[in-house]
Amino acid sequence: MSNIRGMKGPGSRRMQGGSRSRTPGKTLKRLLAYIWKDYKFHCIAVVISIVISSLTGVIGNLFLRNLIDDYILPFLGEANPSFAPLLQALLTMACIYYIGTASTFIYARIMISITQGVLKEIRDEMFTHMEKLPVKYFDTHAHGDIMSCYTNDTDTLRQMISQSIPQILSSSITVVSTFISMLVLSVPLTLLIILMVAVMLNAVRFIGGRSGMYFVRQQKSLGALNGYIEEMMEGQKVVKVFCHEEESKEKFYKLNDELFDSAKNANTFANILMPVMANLGNINYVLTLAVGSILAIYGVGGLTLGVLASFLQLTRSFNMPITQVSQQFNSIIMALAGAERIFDLLDEPEEVDHGYVTLVNVTEEPDGTLKESEKRTGIWAWKHPHQADGTITYQRLEGDVVLDGVDFGYSDDKIVLHDIKMYANPGQKIAFVGATGAGKTTITNLINRFYDIQDGKIRYDGININKIKKPDLRRSLGIVLQDTHLFSGTIADNIRYGKLNATDEEVIAAAKLANAHYFITKLPKGYDTMLKGDGTSLSQGERQLLAIARAAIADPPVLILDEATSSIDTRTETIVQNGMDRLMKGRTVFVIAHRLSTIKNSDVIMVLEQGRIIERGNHDSLLEERGKYYQLYTGAFELS
Amino acid sequence: MIKKLAAYIGEFKKDTVLSPVSVTLEVILEVLLPVLMASVIDNGVEAGNMGYVIKMGTVMLVVAMLSLLAGTMSGVFAARASMGFGRNLRKAMYDNIQDFAFRNIDHFSTAGLVTRMTTDVTNVQNAFQMLIRMFVRAPIMMISALFMCVSISPRLSMIFLAALVFLGCVVGFIVTRAFPVFNEMFKGYDRLNASVQENLTGIRVVKAYVREDYENKKFCDATKNLKDLNVHAEKLVVMNQPVMQFTVYSCILLISWLGAKLIVLDGTMTTGQLMSLFTYTTQILMSLMMISMVFVMVTMARSSAERIVEVLNEKSSLRNPDSPVYEVKDGAVQFDHVSFSYSDDEDKCVLQDVNFDIRPGETIGIIGGTGSSKSTLVQLIPRLYDVLGGTVRVGGRDVREYDIETLRNEVSMVLQKNVLFSGTILENLRWGNKEATEEECRHACKLAQAHEFIEKMPEGYHTYIEQGGTNVSGGQKQRLCIARALLKKPKILILDDSTSAVDTKTDSLIRKAFAEEIPDTTKLIITQRISSVQDSDRILVLDQGQIAGFGTHEELMQNNEIYRDIYELQQKGAGKDE
Repeated sequence: MSNIRGMKGPGSRRMQGGSRSRTPGKTLKRLLAYIWKDYKFHCIAVVISIVISSLTGVIGNLFLRNLIDDYILPFLGEANPSFAPLLQALLTMACIYYIGTASTFIYARIMISITQGVLKEIRDEMFTHMEKLPVKYFDTHAHGDIMSCYTNDTDTLRQMISQSIPQILSSSITVVSTFISMLVLSVPLTLLIILMVAVMLNAVRFIGGRSGMYFVRQQKSLGALNGYIEEMMEGQKVVKVFCHEEESKEKFYKLNDELFDSAKNANTFANILMPVMANLGNINYVLTLAVGSILAIYGVGGLTLGVLASFLQLTRSFNMPITQVSQQFNSIIMALAGAERIFDLLDEPEEVDHGYVTLVNVTEEPDGTLKESEKRTGIWAWKHPHQADGTITYQRLEGDVVLDGVDFGYSDDKIVLHDIKMYANPGQKIAFVGATGAGKTTITNLINRFYDIQDGKIRYDGININKIKKPDLRRSLGIVLQDTHLFSGTIADNIRYGKLNATDEEVIAAAKLANAHYFITKLPKGYDTMLKGDGTSLSQGERQLLAIARAAIADPPVLILDEATSSIDTRTETIVQNGMDRLMKGRTVFVIAHRLSTIKNSDVIMVLEQGRIIERGNHDSLLEERGKYYQLYTGAFELS
Repeated sequence: MIKKLAAYIGEFKKDTVLSPVSVTLEVILEVLLPVLMASVIDNGVEAGNMGYVIKMGTVMLVVAMLSLLAGTMSGVFAARASMGFGRNLRKAMYDNIQDFAFRNIDHFSTAGLVTRMTTDVTNVQNAFQMLIRMFVRAPIMMISALFMCVSISPRLSMIFLAALVFLGCVVGFIVTRAFPVFNEMFKGYDRLNASVQENLTGIRVVKAYVREDYENKKFCDATKNLKDLNVHAEKLVVMNQPVMQFTVYSCILLISWLGAKLIVLDGTMTTGQLMSLFTYTTQILMSLMMISMVFVMVTMARSSAERIVEVLNEKSSLRNPDSPVYEVKDGAVQFDHVSFSYSDDEDKCVLQDVNFDIRPGETIGIIGGTGSSKSTLVQLIPRLYDVLGGTVRVGGRDVREYDIETLRNEVSMVLQKNVLFSGTILENLRWGNKEATEEECRHACKLAQAHEFIEKMPEGYHTYIEQGGTNVSGGQKQRLCIARALLKKPKILILDDSTSAVDTKTDSLIRKAFAEEIPDTTKLIITQRISSVQDSDRILVLDQGQIAGFGTHEELMQNNEIYRDIYELQQKGAGKDE
């Protein structure tokens, strides 16, 4: 167990600097393709709506010119001005405006469907893909990191799809069309604007760069501080027992002050970006007004008051999108990094399965031949299609497991099991004994193919397990682990996990077999008691009993019990043991145990040391050998 | 609650005040600009007054510059104030947690404390920053812009008033409608995350039972539900933008119509003023949107603030006595009619009327089933919890008379759920004694049977232990923890099931080393293996919070049914065939 956990050590916190994408361009393309795939019409509709909505805004600003030049100034001082043309113009404008509003509404609504649809799809795809990954992936990746693909990364992605992309699109359209309108209205004023925009962009780059730099620092100190808090809260009781409060405070203060420093800087620059941009916009506005006024007074370039008014309004709508784009840019970079991590998860190679032998229910004909049956008959057989001649043979499942010269390592350069040879006859109880790290758990990981072996063969009823389809192989093996994992749901749901269509009677029968029935009925809601957070409301022993009931209802011909009773006290253990003994009857069982008392009656006991089987035999023969087992046994019961 | 939190602004009061002040200044300057522009248009351009244009242009430039300065300053002040506030909050929480007794830690879960110190503080400090910037900015902007409009044309301002009422109603409607859905949505997210978490930790079970498809279906149902909720909530929220646009456009149209009439017919308004009104339209309506947004964010931070205040308000349930005793005479332990309850409820006592005496230097085994309160019993000795009734005495004195630190240094305890900290092995060992030499550390490790495996590690005693000790095995971790406790050179050593992952042979070697090397230390050993306590001086048998027997192995075998029971159960497996 520990050697697997040991592999998990490093990298549990995301590598620093991982907040930036390695290949942003490629990721963006892939992401857009992903959206395009299912939402072609939606996307087109959104783009059209955004274009309309942005253009109406620009047209609205241009309208000012007409209002002043055509409908106000000419009538000034007239005794009997006619407002009919103005009314008509306003009605036209109203149409244009409300079309714009409608398109804003339409694109916002469509965006919801796209965003939520894509997110659901990505989540589902991530999850279904994750379920297909080999156990090794979960052993070698920190769960927190996988988790944040579902939380943080998906969330930044949501922001990017629903806000950043449409906003950048609409801002660009506004900027371009505004710019063209400006050019048409007045070339000299446009030149002034270009100058000012250059200044603004530089300001954005400077402030944005600074803020980005401090932001990275802030994330780093935040990570360090959060890590420290986590560690200290986890070990808070130890801190108290060792009176280490002052030391722990000291280091905390240091980290806390570091975070304050970097967060203060990061936030300062983030904070001033908006006011600086807005006020540079104001300065731009003032300069345009001043220069424009001078031009208007001298009538240079046909600049009228109306043109100036429109131009000023355009200046405003030119500043806004530049600021917006500069802000969205950062969140896009972050979202792309998140998207990349999501794609990384989706690109993880799935568990390979070249097996073709399947497990089926059969009935036995009077003449001894096996006939496949749809129903659950209680008799299982391996269905073996032969590719050569297309025939199918059935072979009764017996539970005969053979390991022959098996070598295995979690990585190729570090072999932890050497030349393991063993055979288990149907119905036998095989026990593994040895120190922590001797490789006991590893062997069981190989039988159900959580990991594949480097060398040697494992045969199940004479079939190389590589040829058996993994789901069928695993269905034939029941497993009760040291760490019982229960799922959110009722107790009945948890037991039913072993057989989804089990009736209530079957559930109760399984619970009775596992000795769990008694404690379940004592709970206020009995079998309908909801379990939350891995069933922490139950004691370790009770959880263990549920795990056994879960295995019992699956009714597998072969059982693997991995230190299933290690953390239960002796008296409870007898209850659990009784349940297990009943479960083990008539099955091939592999047992890993710490306490020799639980495995004494095994048919075969294997003593493992550093990945090798050093002794094998039954209890009596091993005692006679006076070897390691004898030492362990006597060491346990005779004190020095 | 707000009063309580505000106290932690501390040395950042100045920044907290200056930030809204400079925001106000910025806003007022910004609102002045359109009015100034109007006068440039009316008195400068239309009148063809070049000097006026240049004069007012300069004034406007100065105003814009000042506004830039004020805006920048507000950003600086707000950053310092809010991040400083966050820093102070974290510090106050951490300090308070360090004063917590075990009982307080039990009250909050570890994960709960971590969230409160990280996510919750971040939420609150961000909301605080919003509060002193945006929440000041938006209303002031709205009021001063409205004021300007009224001063230009009271009649046209009625349009804004109507627009504000309309927009306020719509936004209010959306927020109140969407809020419950959002709450529901957060729960949906929680369920989703829980489901992923379960599959991460329980992947072996999922695979072993071939339940991938089943889990997929469960997950997809959950995401579908979440998607529906999301769509439902956002359908309401997206109304904001078009409604806003609709209002702005309608205002512009109305102002154009009425404004043009006013200018042309009455002459009570000028072209420049009309133009400034257009600018104010956006300013006023935008600030209303901003207020509603900030409002939502601040209310979201409220629950975070509540959770933080809970930690800050938690008072340690243990206090040092007024005139503490700084010396523990010897390792004698006496329980005198001790009763204890985790909930301070007499009816829910987990220890009842416990009486016993332990002499200095004795080795005491403690045995009993799960839930017999073995751990609870020993945790009273270093005063990790206070008794409900009766007295626990160490070295002849009530533990409540000692200075807590003195007591805990003399009573060294290896907890059942023990942890190593990130750092080298030596650094971890020196938790027991800061000044311990490497030689002393080695000695302690030899006693705890840890020396051998440490030496085998590539960097020996300087091997770096990962957070949570993930790079050593369970048994190795336990031995390191024992060595760490030994370095305190305590008068009393308590091992709470601390060798469960150590094999039996090593286990007995550890006990042998204790007997030989630290004979004067009182040793209390909790275990599930009878073999581990069989040779103790005396064995305490606990059953459901009461002493069921106390004596030597032989005595107990003769007169204690429970003990005999456990012994036989453990021996049965071993001796059946013999």
